Amino acid sequence: MSTTRKDTFEALAQAVCQPTAGTDRVTLYLHAEDSDFIRFNRAAVRQATHVTQGFATVAVVQGSQRIEASRSLTGRVAEDVAALLSDRAELIASLADVPDDPYLLLPDEVSTSSRHETGTLPSPEALVIAATAAARGLDFVGFYAGGALVRAFADSRGSRHWHHVESFHFDWCLYQQADKAVKTAYAGTHWDADEFARRMATGAQRLPLLALEPRKLSPGAYRAYFTPTAMNELLGTLAWSGFGAQSRRTGTSSLSRLEHRDAQLHESFHLKEDTAGSIAPAFTAEGFAKPASVSLIESGRAADTLNSPRSARQYKLAANGANAQESPEALSLAPGKLREADVLAALDTGLYVSNLWYLNYSDRQACRMTGMTRFACFWVEGGKLVAPLGVMRFDDSFLRMFGEGLLDLTDTAEMVPESGTYRERQLMSVTTPGALVSGWKLTL
Amino acid sequence: MLDNLEAVARRSAPAVQQWAVRGVADISEDLTLRQGVAQAPSRSRDAGAMVTVVDRGGMGYAATSDLSDAGMKAAFAQATELAHAVAGKTVFDYSQLPVAAPQGSYRSPVQKPLGGAGLKARLELLAATNAATKLDERIVDWMATLWTIESQQLLVTGDGGRAEQHFSLVIPNVQATASVNGVTQTRSAHGQYNGFCQQGGLEVLDRAAFATDGPRVAREALELAMAPQCPSGEMDVILMPDQMMLQIHESIGHPLELDRILGDERNFAGTSFVTLDMFGSYQYGSELLNVTYDPTRSEQLASFAFDDDGTAAERQFIIERGMLKRPLGGSISLARAKTMRADIEGVATARSSSWNRAPIDRMSNLNVEPGTSSLADMIASIDHGVLMRTNCSWSIDDSRNKFQFGCEYGQVIRNGRLAEVVRNPNYRGISATFWRSLAMVGDASTFEVMGTPFCGKGEPSQVIRVGHASPACKFSKVAVFGGEA
Repeated sequence: MSTTRKDTFEALAQAVCQPTAGTDRVTLYLHAEDSDFIRFNRAAVRQATHVTQGFATVAVVQGSQRIEASRSLTGRVAEDVAALLSDRAELIASLADVPDDPYLLLPDEVSTSSRHETGTLPSPEALVIAATAAARGLDFVGFYAGGALVRAFADSRGSRHWHHVESFHFDWCLYQQADKAVKTAYAGTHWDADEFARRMATGAQRLPLLALEPRKLSPGAYRAYFTPTAMNELLGTLAWSGFGAQSRRTGTSSLSRLEHRDAQLHESFHLKEDTAGSIAPAFTAEGFAKPASVSLIESGRAADTLNSPRSARQYKLAANGANAQESPEALSLAPGKLREADVLAALDTGLYVSNLWYLNYSDRQACRMTGMTRFACFWVEGGKLVAPLGVMRFDDSFLRMFGEGLLDLTDTAEMVPESGTYRERQLMSVTTPGALVSGWKLTL
Repeated sequence: MLDNLEAVARRSAPAVQQWAVRGVADISEDLTLRQGVAQAPSRSRDAGAMVTVVDRGGMGYAATSDLSDAGMKAAFAQATELAHAVAGKTVFDYSQLPVAAPQGSYRSPVQKPLGGAGLKARLELLAATNAATKLDERIVDWMATLWTIESQQLLVTGDGGRAEQHFSLVIPNVQATASVNGVTQTRSAHGQYNGFCQQGGLEVLDRAAFATDGPRVAREALELAMAPQCPSGEMDVILMPDQMMLQIHESIGHPLELDRILGDERNFAGTSFVTLDMFGSYQYGSELLNVTYDPTRSEQLASFAFDDDGTAAERQFIIERGMLKRPLGGSISLARAKTMRADIEGVATARSSSWNRAPIDRMSNLNVEPGTSSLADMIASIDHGVLMRTNCSWSIDDSRNKFQFGCEYGQVIRNGRLAEVVRNPNYRGISATFWRSLAMVGDASTFEVMGTPFCGKGEPSQVIRVGHASPACKFSKVAVFGGEA
């Protein structure tokens, strides 16, 4: 029986999450998926994999002591129940060796939630036929991931949370030459072969521009437009230590200067963690219900932080649905006023940045980032795409770029789902408009 | 957890051209002690198998954690169905793959078994290390962590192959954050992302000086918080092994992965400035540069006897006296590459992150071999430069050429002597020319065994464990810079 089925989870929860001697509380967290992964290179299949996996974490709590154990599930309920009960017994026996944790915080409320969405997904055979047919004659390299995906939580006090989706994420590149390519994504819950073919064809139409001689730029400051895909990289880097209460309190946050009012972003910059508007579960691995949204930056000034239960207890804050790493899962940047159709005209002369790559901090305290342009980035003159760019390195302060440097944001925000599949498929996303910025610093 | 896997696999396998089953069973424990408080200990038991089927020229994979007869038969059926679905539409006729029939075993050398100390003793060790890191009130955050993994891997093939490998891995870390007059700096034992990670038992903690390293880490965090910014300009640098590991990883390891060269990773991890025609003729670095793929250094993180496709692992020079010799490519990529260049040779380095991912070309242990210079001689040779330790920032383009790296700890070299400590030391360069500026290579006394548990790549994505050992190295005329005032 699949570990992505609700009745399977309920059977595990019923057996494991019972009031038990030697513990105040037992919790069970499940993450499971039933996925097809198909990767392509040069319009042919490189690897095709089916993965059935489920991992359950049992935690036991006694007073302010807590210990947890995770295991892979077989999908056979009787065997999994026996293994989880064995884990539970071992954990209870180990509690004596676990020191009190003064920062342990668990939900007071018994809560329930359920989101169960089914989809229409292609079979691997149909997907391969569609992709290889559409890619015929093109240098196509891409990756399809799709199937059922589950997060679930239960505890011995009666809380139950269930999040099930059937979704796909397919992204691919059409290469023109060397490192010049058009990257396209198609993600959703209902596969439409015609829509896929349309996106493939649209991408192919942009290839001739990439065949032109790349423009070589000198280091310096440039006017630049960042697409939502490029903005996803910038905001994703900001998410790396920027918003957590712990990093703010220890001075290691890249937004410490914003918090201390030593810097301010543009007044049109409004950023929030928007769980309600996202594909992320509405609950945490500890069983906390997440608020609909948490404001992180308002009118360019630091607002709330992401407070994990541990930080909440340590720093005497209210927990607000943050995960243990205090990293956002559903960032949303408010749109501005620039119409999509006016982007090139507003840019006039400068860089059209489709994709950024491999960002990191060069000075975290100053919120200075470095990274590379990638794929189809263009030199623009007089509001027209003129030539592709050779890859360039930038090194610039996010606070400058989106403070004094921000000229406008586009009037439509686009959701960019997380495409990474480390250990499992993800439910994170960033929703963002494009941005027009002046004085963007290229260094190499 | 894999006791019955071989028998179940052999009686479940269908009649196909080739099949393999690779089981992985990991037991791990993750302990964190921060600011004197132990966080909930976290244990994990993870077991499953990847089934590979080659039939009708196609290849399919299916992963399952149901290792029963029914589970294995279902996985074989899924893998066979996928192999047939993709047959005739693949990058290579997989029926041409060489037969894999490994025979042998491997076991990490362990002097002090991980289970030898109880949970209480392990937490007490972390508590003592953590307490010793809090030197004074200027240390605003301090943490000790210990991650241990015991991994059993069993590969059986339809051609009678059987390779069983047992790994014991220990990954400790100590970290301190200091704040002085509004400047905050973080220092770690050998990197905030676990640059010190080795095979072995609890004796790895002795090699890491885990019990006594806290005061050193905290003292250096304080030095950094009071230090000026790293100077800017073109100058000589000495990179110590816990930065060299990153330099090797990003600008030698990744560009030499054969699947990148063949284009498999262009949609995600990227391509490479290296092309097939460069092997045997391209001068990658100065004549001082000798790089080995070395699965035989027993304490290093990615030592093994067989890769995950069953190819026997042997030490090989990847770059010798600066000349590029062979890529990092396993049997499948090599078979594909040989259709383009018959004399190309690879190494046994097709690896997967676990049972739920198919093998791809990875780094394993990739090392710079020691030279003849003492660290003192290297420092004495520099009039104006910076010595850098411990990576904390990394960025490189998708062809693995233009890079920019940052370190935790810098020390100015002036007139042949070490001078003041500097914070935020960064440097940038281009792989294709950087290694040719290698001017001195440290001797065995400067050689250290490092690595990373977190090398990311692949679609679906995989994080894998990689080892990098290196001496200290001197590079000439490097673009160096610091942070903002």
